Amino acid sequence: MATRTPPETAAKRPPRPAAGRAGRPPAPEKARRGRKPATAGTGRMAALLVSPTLLVLTVVVLYPTLMALQESLYGTKGLDPKTGFISDTEPFVGLKNYADIFGQAGDRFWNAFFNTTFFTVVTVGLETVIGVIMALIMHKAFSGRALVRASILIPWAVPTAISGLLWRWIFNSDGIANSLIGHQILWTTEGFHAKVAVIIAEVWKTAPFIGLLVLAGLQVIPKEVYEAARMDGASPVRQFCHITLPLVKPALLVAVLFRCLDALRMFDLPYILIGAQKNSVETLSMLAQNEASNVRFGPAAAYAVLLFVYVLLIALGFVRLLGADLVGDAGGPRRAKRRSLLRRTPALTAEVPA
Amino acid sequence: MNARTTRVLQCSAVLVAAGLVLTACGSSDDSNSSGQSKSPSFSGRGPITYVAAKDSSGVTEKVIDTWNKQHPKEKVTFVALPGDPDSQRQQMIQNAQTKSDAYTVLSLDVVWSSEFAAHQWIDQLPTAQFPLGKMLKPTVETGKYRDNLYAVPASSDGGMLYYRSDLLKKAGVSTPPTTWAQMQAACAKVKKLPEAKDMSCYAGQFQKYEGLTVNFAEAVNSAGGVITDAGGKPDVDTPAAKKGLDFLVDSLKDGTIPKEAVTYQEEDGRQAFQNGKLVFLRNWPYVYSLAEKSKVGGKFAVAPLPGLDGAGSSSLGGHNVALSSFAKNKATALDFMKFFTSQETATTFLEDASMAPPYESLYDDRALVKQYPYLPVLKKSILNAAPRPRVVQYGDASSAIQQQAYAALTGEKSSAQALKDLQADLQKLSAQ
Repeated sequence: MATRTPPETAAKRPPRPAAGRAGRPPAPEKARRGRKPATAGTGRMAALLVSPTLLVLTVVVLYPTLMALQESLYGTKGLDPKTGFISDTEPFVGLKNYADIFGQAGDRFWNAFFNTTFFTVVTVGLETVIGVIMALIMHKAFSGRALVRASILIPWAVPTAISGLLWRWIFNSDGIANSLIGHQILWTTEGFHAKVAVIIAEVWKTAPFIGLLVLAGLQVIPKEVYEAARMDGASPVRQFCHITLPLVKPALLVAVLFRCLDALRMFDLPYILIGAQKNSVETLSMLAQNEASNVRFGPAAAYAVLLFVYVLLIALGFVRLLGADLVGDAGGPRRAKRRSLLRRTPALTAEVPA
Repeated sequence: MNARTTRVLQCSAVLVAAGLVLTACGSSDDSNSSGQSKSPSFSGRGPITYVAAKDSSGVTEKVIDTWNKQHPKEKVTFVALPGDPDSQRQQMIQNAQTKSDAYTVLSLDVVWSSEFAAHQWIDQLPTAQFPLGKMLKPTVETGKYRDNLYAVPASSDGGMLYYRSDLLKKAGVSTPPTTWAQMQAACAKVKKLPEAKDMSCYAGQFQKYEGLTVNFAEAVNSAGGVITDAGGKPDVDTPAAKKGLDFLVDSLKDGTIPKEAVTYQEEDGRQAFQNGKLVFLRNWPYVYSLAEKSKVGGKFAVAPLPGLDGAGSSSLGGHNVALSSFAKNKATALDFMKFFTSQETATTFLEDASMAPPYESLYDDRALVKQYPYLPVLKKSILNAAPRPRVVQYGDASSAIQQQAYAALTGEKSSAQALKDLQADLQKLSAQ
């Protein structure tokens, strides 16, 4: 849901960045056309063409979100001590489910909130560094490049649930991890080591994603720029800092944004690798799922809504702070590529338990 | 055969009618105690569904096929759910939330009965129509909520103590231990043997999951304590319960239980036992046939769980069948439930899928005991078993138990503190 923001924002604010951006191949054709008052005919046509998408989005995104918002205002069904039966209706409690996170019962929420944030910051940070290195390696021309590329990308192709199982074997008490480090750590017990296990598995799995997007960014940098830099005697490090990094930045930012949004709703890996209801690794998604599975849909919806707001804020902040061009004013093939990525996101976020 | 079927049908129709009259009288008599306003009427015949975990052995299909052959107009369709209990429960709850009639007869884990009954997701059943008297009493208790029957046992399960009979014999221990102290003494003797030098003494399931609830409950019950009393009130902050928890905590501290056992689920413990790392293992009957095929095949035996001052008490496992309140064709459903929980069906499940039956007499059947030598021990285990806490919010109660027991096992809290906190948590739950 949250990732719906980029296209929306895109619609709202394309002209400004396009005008303010310097040293960029102009892509004014589209922007200008957008500003021109459309004729009634084209407007109707546009509305007609967009309406199926809007309809689908309303059904799969808007409606569930509104239902979740409504559900979050209701409490848990009570037990009638005399009959021993649970009442049929949920009491309306207003904002109590939200207010509860500041009370005694809020400990678990804040713990999950901290875990979610911690995992996001650490895994995305590590993945960015490792992903960029992977992209640079994959970009180099050398024999066996295809093989290296394939092997780097394999972890990304493994489903998260399966990789969770794989890593559970690795982190078993008699597993490879323990025999490599030579002393026994019980990785799947509570404690900081459980967090470390999740981070290792997560970074292993998703660094290739950043690598892949950065590689795509690298491939559109013209060779001439590097040749010119070499002529000027720039060192490889200088070349990386002043040519590669700025030119790959748009692609990298898209990758990091997606990874952040993905990491914020992390569920399957800690759930399978470490287990449910482990305080050390419980994320907001896991907390919401746990509440829902104990038939407390009100609090579960409230947690899901809070996670949604959190993700929304992060996405907005990203767009505002780190580069408005994230949502695309540049024309040509790059725009098309981003579009195709953006389109994937509703499917991704639909997994958030709400 | 055909004539017999019709007769059975006629008889059951009469029984249904009788049952209806009985329940009708019953509910008008003591409506204040049962509180059930709508007395379930088991009417309507036609196709129904049976909802349970997918069955890799194929016996469920076989049993349903038998029924379908006899009742071509009242066919049962098997709806297979995922193997993981949480997802089964989830899907059944979803079905109930939408009041769908897609699910008719539900296969419930024994610990879900209270929750499903309290939410009125399942119908109260007429006691007189099921041969409950022939079943082991603890299994029948698991299907009851506030003394009314809501689910009928289809299979049972109990924990047993697997031990290395070869090593015990070598060390001069002739009989399996019945108390924890005897077990520790036997271990000490076994560990003096050169081949048992690196072995650990005992393990169960101590990872933080449902298995820990089972093992904690067993330790507490085996020391004479309870988690919830007969009235369902939590009463776990007692000296007896502390002795039970202390057994686990102290054993982990002094190495009787290896420290990696806090990561053990059923399968990890089985692997450790089969690889010769454990002298004693608490596990379910399914391990028996698998261990027979492993390195320790023929070198182990089973005994009832040990306790503090005598035989211990197991937690009960198994499945009950219940009738979804939102289903159609309930008359057929009731007949099918009777068929499915009959002694004949239970025998088929035992013979073909080694599922422990609820029927007492099958445990003494010579042919069956020959096939499954552990049956007499299992019978003792089930007869001595205490049900896990029967509370409506079982999921929350189990989480609270796991949380506190785990904290005690990993040394984060003293066992006294953990029990005190657990008592408070459970009280909060039952107040809700």
